[in-house]
Amino acid sequence: MAITASAPVGFAPEEFLATTLARLILDPAAPPARHIAVGAASPIPAAACFLVKTLGHEARLSLLHKTSGNPFSEGTRELFDLTGQGRIDLFFLGGGEIDGEANINLIGTGEWPGSEARFPGSFGSAFMYLMTPRTILFREEHSPRVLVPRVAFVSAPGISPPGHFRRGTAQALVTGRAVFAFDGRRFTLASCHPGQTPAEIAAQTGFAYETPPEIPETPPPTPAELALLRGPVCAEMRATYPGFCARVWGR
Amino acid sequence: MAGALSPDDLAARVPDGALIALPPDNSLGSVALTLALIRRRARGLRLFCVPVGGFLADLLIGAGCVAEIETSAVSLGEAGTAPRFTAALAAGTLIVRDATCPAIHTALQAAEKGVPFMPLRGVLGSDVLAHRPDWRVIDNPFAAEPDPILLIPAVRPDFALFHAALADEAGNVWVGRRRELATMAHAARDSLVSVERRISGDMLEDERLAPGVISGAYVTGIAQAARGAAPLALLDEYPAETTVLRDYARAARSAEGFAAFLEQRLMPAHEPA
Repeated sequence: MAITASAPVGFAPEEFLATTLARLILDPAAPPARHIAVGAASPIPAAACFLVKTLGHEARLSLLHKTSGNPFSEGTRELFDLTGQGRIDLFFLGGGEIDGEANINLIGTGEWPGSEARFPGSFGSAFMYLMTPRTILFREEHSPRVLVPRVAFVSAPGISPPGHFRRGTAQALVTGRAVFAFDGRRFTLASCHPGQTPAEIAAQTGFAYETPPEIPETPPPTPAELALLRGPVCAEMRATYPGFCARVWGR
Repeated sequence: MAGALSPDDLAARVPDGALIALPPDNSLGSVALTLALIRRRARGLRLFCVPVGGFLADLLIGAGCVAEIETSAVSLGEAGTAPRFTAALAAGTLIVRDATCPAIHTALQAAEKGVPFMPLRGVLGSDVLAHRPDWRVIDNPFAAEPDPILLIPAVRPDFALFHAALADEAGNVWVGRRRELATMAHAARDSLVSVERRISGDMLEDERLAPGVISGAYVTGIAQAARGAAPLALLDEYPAETTVLRDYARAARSAEGFAAFLEQRLMPAHEPA
């Protein structure tokens, strides 16, 4: 991942990205995040949510794949029922491809349903993206292969026409190189991670986006945030994401 | 209730071409019944993954048992992509019907209620919908303003196949809080269940067990299979054998590697009784 080579020493890229996501969760301009759901195989978003909680913010956090103490008593179907009612405020989605209209593609490329490359499939994205007031898009790989002018297939659209029931869309896209804000129509480069330049990001991004004259650097984790990640956040995550905790925190 | 049926006895009841509902890998999938279907050389099966497929679907596809799969995704989770699914799709030997998780649940909920369809929010604008001629968008008849909404037709699987922790003398099985399995069983014509253990009595008489029970009214066959979910997890009874799943993901990249893994790593532990 891109920030590995040039990041200041002292924290892991995963810690940096979790902190970045946590700050987006806490963005006061965004709709409140009282109940956050985290999908399968999403340890960095999960770490971000636990960091928000351990920072003292009231938030209910539902990890879909928590092996013990899973939040649902009606099976995974309950997540979609909760979301259908508007009881889930924030969800994370990724994509094999993501384009400038915040469309995501989890299907594949080539002929339907993925004759060139096949991704896993859409999971619940076609529902969650429209029914959740806000979504944070997260994909570590930031390359023209992933961030494309137009996705080959739309698993879930970033923009819906008037008259289509929709509660919200992407708040932002976080990658291994940068943060983009989404205003419902277009992405704007919001910050570059340490070691990245706007020119390099432009070269690695296949879709068009707004570039303000001044681009701040994505702020690094504070010592207090790092202490929380390495202590209580790791302790919360170990049962569900043992491989991740061993790799990042060595425990 | 029938006496000592084996997974192979239950697999023998599943004809070629049957529509089979399977749970996801983390939720009481029956490896014992899956291997029994492979042993009986089932062909032309149509899988309905509730709501995603993984190890079980990949095994059946790799063994040549599957003609079609309807699913919201196929993945081995942390072990990576599902190699035989991916290979069959690339070879054009598998019909893949992409869905999205809540649509799968909705199709079964319609079937368990005995109604022909149920509405579902979201999904509009997704290419998943564009490739589903069997799904319909109507205008919400109760809204004052135009309000397009998706209708999902009921799906009644021929069989629901899964593993349960307990079976009792009354033919009930216990799956705990995984209630989407109950919906699957309610919707399917027949439910064939491998179980970890048998207990005496009737779990529906026990207020603490009853909420996790699927009534014997839906269960048409039970086979004893200790560790019948392994190498997948069974609730809090045993964890997934992640090294086995990783080895599988690696070995099954080739058809030969798949065949060898099946024979050497999976079948010896599950010989027919």
